Formats: sequence, structure tokens, C-alpha cells
Amino acid sequence: MPNPNPAIAIRGLTVAYDSVPVLWNVDLTIEQGVMMGVVGPNGAGKSTLLKAVLGVVPKLAGEVEVLGKRFHSDRQQIGYVPQRTSVDWDFPTTVLDLVKMGTYGRLGWFRRPGAKEKHDALAALERFEMREFADRQIGELSGGQQQRAFLARAYVQEAPIYFLDEPFAAVDATTEKAIIRLLKDLRDEGKTIVIVHHDLTTIIDYFDAITLVNKKIISSGPVSTAFTSDLLNKTYGGPIKNCGIDCGFAQPPVQLRHSSPPRVTTPPTTTAPSVEAEDA
Amino acid sequence: MLEFFDDHTLRTVCLGTAGIGAVSGAIGCFAYLRRQSLIGDVVAHSSLLGIMVFFLASYLITGEGSKSLTVLIPGALLAGVASLMLTRWILAQTRLKPDSALGVMLAIFFGSGILLLRWTQRATPNIPGKRGLEDYLFGMAAAMTQSDLWMIGVLGVSSILVMLLMWKEFKLFTFDPVFAQSTGLKVHWIDTLMLLILVVGIVIGIQSVGVVLMIALLVTPASSARQWTGHLGTMVLLASVFGAICGGAGSVLSASFSKVPTGPVIVLVATVLFMVSLTAAPRRGLIARLIKRRKLEKSAQVVAAGGGQ
Repeated sequence: MPNPNPAIAIRGLTVAYDSVPVLWNVDLTIEQGVMMGVVGPNGAGKSTLLKAVLGVVPKLAGEVEVLGKRFHSDRQQIGYVPQRTSVDWDFPTTVLDLVKMGTYGRLGWFRRPGAKEKHDALAALERFEMREFADRQIGELSGGQQQRAFLARAYVQEAPIYFLDEPFAAVDATTEKAIIRLLKDLRDEGKTIVIVHHDLTTIIDYFDAITLVNKKIISSGPVSTAFTSDLLNKTYGGPIKNCGIDCGFAQPPVQLRHSSPPRVTTPPTTTAPSVEAEDA
Repeated sequence: MLEFFDDHTLRTVCLGTAGIGAVSGAIGCFAYLRRQSLIGDVVAHSSLLGIMVFFLASYLITGEGSKSLTVLIPGALLAGVASLMLTRWILAQTRLKPDSALGVMLAIFFGSGILLLRWTQRATPNIPGKRGLEDYLFGMAAAMTQSDLWMIGVLGVSSILVMLLMWKEFKLFTFDPVFAQSTGLKVHWIDTLMLLILVVGIVIGIQSVGVVLMIALLVTPASSARQWTGHLGTMVLLASVFGAICGGAGSVLSASFSKVPTGPVIVLVATVLFMVSLTAAPRRGLIARLIKRRKLEKSAQVVAAGGGQ
């Protein structure tokens, strides 16, 4: 039976680290079955937005509903792929064991993963083309393989919604394309996928929906309406070069009212290589 | 050597220190992986203050200071937990970095402990029972009584049981705390429980190993074990065995030289094991890595000389 509610509904969310607000009064709705990119400058609160929904960072104010119900982390509704660099890959464990960790949540206290969990984990590795690495030490994986292992771990969570925090940071182009294909497959199976993303040039290719964020939500919706040059300028505090759309470089860059200088001030060149708005 | 094993006291002591080594080796693996050696060291040093306070309290109540672990270990536990809670509070209230906060805490607790120890030793009138208190600095396993062994056993076995019961939670939280929390794990409780077990693993060793060197028995067997294996379970088991060897052999060795504190001898045994692991372990060992490097150099030279592609 289809659930008519949006995948995620956030109302009035404010999050602060210490006394510095990172997200301010955020309202955001993410429909089911979309692949959404969350984009904004460094420190804009993109990762924090995911973590606040997951209950990993405390909310100062606001409410989060997941599929129409107040969010509880133990309902296992959101599979999470943290930033790859957030863990120590020298940890003594194998790829299979790492993926099995995705089943711990539904197992609950004291129960150990058994044959079913192993089967699920192997299937997940198969899906992310990592089956032959199952018995490998996680420390021996390349960056792209680590990312696939993390994705497989989220996949065995069997959640209707996935949150991915910069899955393409320091991953080679081939792996990125392969991962995006696998994620699109998941989306086509009806999963909702939310990705913190940096590379503005690939947004139109990758996503159906986008949220531009810089402490507050600048825009959110289908890429065709929510990803425009004006909105991007507003998000980054100045014109952006090579963002996959016409970002206003037909005219000279406009100085915005912001006191801070625009992020990118180099004059436009049509032949310039693709430049990301910022580093990962 | 053989007559030692007929000696009832020495058997008690050897069994006790081997048990302590086994428990702290296992617990030490999680401390090692969570990079909590400094936290462990602060707990160990801080426990001296708890020992002194409880010793003096028992003197005030009964007229003679007690050196039974049944009395002193609760004191050590309290002091260890107090030092960690204070550190946590300082970190929440100030912008001090964790290592500085821990360093300050170690200085305060250990300094006060030493002060009380010196005062107790020199106080007039004489405080009965004070002889041998200074052994808590560097350990004197021979002081272990049957009741001490029981205390160590009960605490050690229960902390290992908790660890086994919570195995997957401990593992997940140690590897990826943020993901753990996102799956609904009550990470605050796990963290607290793991710290508590760490404190227990430390205080059961203070009599035999001493507060100054106890951290070595916690971290060295774990570091050695990591060299040999890439599986957490095997690592914990191996560290346990290493710890037991260090504890058992160390106490027997130190008993054969009279008046040598046990702690340094145990730690020396642990160091030897560590050196062997560091050099000889397959894959991670120095020798294995050297051989691999040589092979690479050779094939690179062959390629450069045009002998291959």
C-alpha cells in the first residue's frame, strides 16, 4: 500500500554547534522516489541537515517527519552513508563484516548476525560489484571500493530512504558513474535518495530534484525550477562558473549586495576546464 | 623455578596477574582502537587518589588502614570515574582540547594522590597499615590475597561478559559512531558502558602493576595483537593471551628477584612481545614490509633495464 506522505518533511529546523547556528528555520519537503542533490558552499549545513534528520546532531527547534510519522532512528527508515573519511579504515575487519553492520539496527540488542544477515550482505556486495572483495581487509580497499562497501552497508539496511554524504568525494570518474547508475536503479525501484553533492556540472545529469542550502533553504524542487543561475548566485554569494547551466556569465559578473566578495571572480571563458564550485 | 608452582601464594599471584593481563588485554583492544590510551592513563594515575582516600577512610572508621582490594578498588573506581566526568564537564564548558583537559586532570588527581601518600607515610601518630602503600605506584603482585583474587575475578569476568554480550554494539560504535547513532543505537550509553569497563579493566591491575605503568598492560598487548590479525575477534583473543602471558610471567619473574616491583617486570615482558610482533608479524611486520619493498625495487629495476614491461 503506497504511503501518500512525503519521504521527508522538515518544519522550522534550527541546528547550532555550540552557539553558532548552522541551519536556521529550515522548511523542506522531499517527495518519495526522487533523487535529490543537496548543494551549497562549505559550512552551509548540508551534512548537518542530513545528520539533524537522522537525530545524530541535536535540534534546537523544529520537527522532522519521515513518511508521515515523527522520526525515530530505531524504525530503520533511513539508510545512511556517512562521509568516507569519517572512519578509520585501518579498523580490523573485513568488507563482509563491514556490510553486515548495516543489519545490526534491525537485529536489536544482543542478537548476533547469522546466516540471513550474511546472505543479505553478500547480495548487497554483489549489487555494488564488490562480491569478490568480501573477505578483504577494509584497509586494503581503494577509495572507490570503500565507497561501494559503504553503499552496500546502507543497502542492507533495507530502508525506503537513503542519505549519502558526499559519496563522490575523492572517487575516480569511472566509479562515480558506476555508483550513480546503481543509485538511479535504486531510485527506479521507488527508493528516495538524498545526496550531499559538490560538483555543480553534474547536477542536471544526476538529479531529479535539488535543494540549494546556505544556512537556510534557498530553493528546493525539480532541477528545472530550483536550479537557476539567480538561485545559485544567492546560494554561493556570487556568480558561479561552469555550473552546467547558464550562470549569468553572458554579462560581466554582478557584484551582489553581500559584503563578502563573490566566491568566483575570474572572467568567463568558454574553454576553461570544468571547475567545481569548491573543494570537497 | 618449579618450586614456585608448588608455592600456594605464588600460584595465587600468578593466576591473579595472568587473569588481570587477560582482561586488560581484551579491554585494551577497544581502548586502542578508540585511541583512548591517554584516557586510560589518566584513569590509572587518578585511581591513586581514590586508593588513598579509601585507605584513610578505613583508618578513620576502624582504627587501621585497610589494604584489601575489596576496600581500595571501589575507591579507585570512584576516582577514575570522577576524573573522566570532570574531564567531560571541562570539555563541555570550555574550549580546552581533550588532551590538555586530560593532562590537567592527571596532574590534579595523581598529584593529590601522591601528596596524600606522602602525608600518610610521615603522619604522627603512626597510621597503622600504611606499610606497603607505596607499592601501588609500581605494583607488588605478592601482596595479593585470596580475597583480592576474588575481587579481581568477579570484576574481570563481569566486564568480559558485558563485552561479549554487547559485542556487535561495541564493534559498530568503535568503528563508526555516527552511523551507529543513525541506526538507533543509544550511543551515549554504549560510550559510558565502554568507559566504565575500561575503568574496571584498569583498577583491577593497580595492585599488581601499579598506577604508573598500568596503561602499558592495557595497550601493549592490544598493539601487539593488531600486528598479527585483521579480525577484531582474533585481535581481542590474542591480546588476551598476550596479556595473560605478560601478567603471569612478569609476576613469577619479579618474585624470583626479591623486592623488585611487579609492574616494570610485567611491562618489560609486554615490551618484548611487542618488539617481536612489530618486527616478525606477517604483512604488518617490519620484516615482511621490508621484503615486499625489496621485491618491488627489484621488479622496478628489471623494468627500467628493459627486461620486462
